[in-house]
Amino acid sequence: MSLLSPVIAVVLTAVVGAALFAALGKDPLSALQVFFLEPFHGTRALTELALKSTPLILIALGLALCYRSNVWNIGAEGQFLMGAIGGGGLALWVTTEAIPMSPWAFFPLVIVAGALAGAAWAGVVALLRDRFNANEILTSLMLVYVANYFLSWLVFGPWKDPDGFNFPQTVSFASQTELPRVIRGMRLHWGSAVALLAAGGMWLFLFRTFAGIQLQVGGPAPAAARYAGFSSHAAIWTTLLTSGALAGVAGAFEVAGPMGQLTPHVSTGYGFTAIIVAFVGRLHPLGCILGSGVLSMFLIGGELAQSRIGLPSALSGVFQGVLLLSLLACDTLIHYRPRWSGTR
Amino acid sequence: MTNRSSPKFLALAVVFAAAGLTACGQKAAPPAPAPVAAPAPAKPAPLKAAFVYVGPVGDAGYTYAHDAGRKEAVAKLGDKVATTFVENIKEGPDAERVIRELATAGNKVIFATSFGFGDSMAKVAKDFPDVYFEHATGFRTSDNMRVYEPRIHEGAYLAGIVAGRMTKTNVLGFVGSFPIPEVLRNINAFTLGAQSVNPKIKTKVVWVGSWFDPPKETEAAKTLINGKADVLLQNTDSTAVLQEAERQHKYAFGWDSDMSSFAPKAHLGSCMLLWGVYYEKALNDVLGKTWKTGATKWGYREGMTDFVKIPDFVPADVKKKVEDAKAGLKAGTLDIFKGPITDSTGKVQLAKGLAADDKWLGGVTFYVKGVEGKVPASK
Repeated sequence: MSLLSPVIAVVLTAVVGAALFAALGKDPLSALQVFFLEPFHGTRALTELALKSTPLILIALGLALCYRSNVWNIGAEGQFLMGAIGGGGLALWVTTEAIPMSPWAFFPLVIVAGALAGAAWAGVVALLRDRFNANEILTSLMLVYVANYFLSWLVFGPWKDPDGFNFPQTVSFASQTELPRVIRGMRLHWGSAVALLAAGGMWLFLFRTFAGIQLQVGGPAPAAARYAGFSSHAAIWTTLLTSGALAGVAGAFEVAGPMGQLTPHVSTGYGFTAIIVAFVGRLHPLGCILGSGVLSMFLIGGELAQSRIGLPSALSGVFQGVLLLSLLACDTLIHYRPRWSGTR
Repeated sequence: MTNRSSPKFLALAVVFAAAGLTACGQKAAPPAPAPVAAPAPAKPAPLKAAFVYVGPVGDAGYTYAHDAGRKEAVAKLGDKVATTFVENIKEGPDAERVIRELATAGNKVIFATSFGFGDSMAKVAKDFPDVYFEHATGFRTSDNMRVYEPRIHEGAYLAGIVAGRMTKTNVLGFVGSFPIPEVLRNINAFTLGAQSVNPKIKTKVVWVGSWFDPPKETEAAKTLINGKADVLLQNTDSTAVLQEAERQHKYAFGWDSDMSSFAPKAHLGSCMLLWGVYYEKALNDVLGKTWKTGATKWGYREGMTDFVKIPDFVPADVKKKVEDAKAGLKAGTLDIFKGPITDSTGKVQLAKGLAADDKWLGGVTFYVKGVEGKVPASK
């Protein structure tokens, strides 16, 4: 029944959606078709869906690890931005120095740059929690804003394109820094394969290694973990550094992939959306992949619903909310039975 | 409901917080959507045109003005065209997907209405040689992509004339988005307009780094008012600055659209963008097969900008001055940027007797004398 709950939630969302469409005076069936089927229609649509999902998968994997271990990293957005700065900085350097290299040689380098930058940013959170017992929910969230301003400072200042009409953006990166494409003419890059590999790796780590078990015991039962001799310090560092690195790689892929330059608008809230993805996906690596697909579908479906049938853009936001609410409601109502009781 | 373990409860809290944050990230939701006009197909299939908006059509400012222009063009052209729009599109990778999708869906003309859509549009334009691409306020052109922009600094200049006479502190405030030439021109034109009636004018500028961010715009307005500014103008897309001026009993202007209804006491006039004339022309170009690449810069003379709704409490001689300036713009006898123009560091940027040409206007990276501070990160 628990496994069914996401399915029930999606069905509920579709029903609520149909009612909404009808209320807006659109044919519910064709609207649902645009929302739920069109994003999967054709090669280009599928590659776009995979492209949109890639950063969400990477970030959500790291967050799933954190949340299973009772480490509440809310600042994946900041780690994503730092990864974008790391990867973008490397690409900018290769561009301005005109370093000859193949995109395939640049590919691993940009992964390392993004991972290091993201992990370093999450490392600050780990240090504050480990040394000063500072609440990681607050510190990680606040570091998002710091990262955002750091990115703004870079693109408004030292990294600004000198020929860009004073607009806050870097030069367009050279072709050797472009992530290799999966299919010619489509924007989907091999970073998406990296995201799938990361999901496999996370599954192995969580369910097939002793370290993974240790972390997960420490989450719900810290006292038991301490009694068994598992280090809570190690748990904080492992989870935060891993999730920071994954979010950083996602950021590096976004700038070296579809963007091709740094601007103040690198992220459209991936770090926060991924929190929803992680929970929709039951904090399970496979679930993270499916959850990313569902949320990307809502987003792309929302755009299509605008251009094809003239529905307002707020609708995809409403859909996300309805899905989340139904999921939480299903979970609660499956595990608990509401009892209406007056005074006894 | 007992026995709720604390991590689970935290999880719920976190998810809701995340949902809240995502919602914040998406900025204000647009109110009731305008139904897209889809006229019944006549004998020749209607020309399909699509508009990509950076904000919500309900922003009451920039995107609202574009959508009003779209509707106006549709009203004029009737069932010869069928238009759609996509609102709230972020500048960046999302824009490319949206523009490509619109081109694939059979639209023959696509309008992208924000500067930051340029790179995305250029990439798509290469792949669709028989679709026409129109980019507002951009600079990138190709065989099938051209650019258009209104001379909105004319509106800023006219607002400056009113501001220069209505200020008591002789300090004007300007809320800027990004320090690009378009915005710097507006700051400078606003200041020059004010100085034309009041040489003691100083202008203070606060940058918000966004085109549409009402909370930040409000903060910026507060900062300017604390700094003694009593008449404000903004180059951002919402009504926030005007509304803050209303709350604090100062003056401000509408920008992009008629915003008089948002602040009946503070509103001194609205700088209008009238995109409809251009949209009608562009669609007619495609219909009549006369579309040519290039750059269109239109102003008051062509009907693309205006300054309207000056309230009754503004003295008649000020209104007269505005009308005179408008007549000068219409006849082509008034040059807003005419030498000598000295920048805020004392350097002469335009020699005496010269009038600014489009090249000079496109390269404005300085403040004129009277604007305080330094252009961010200018070299």
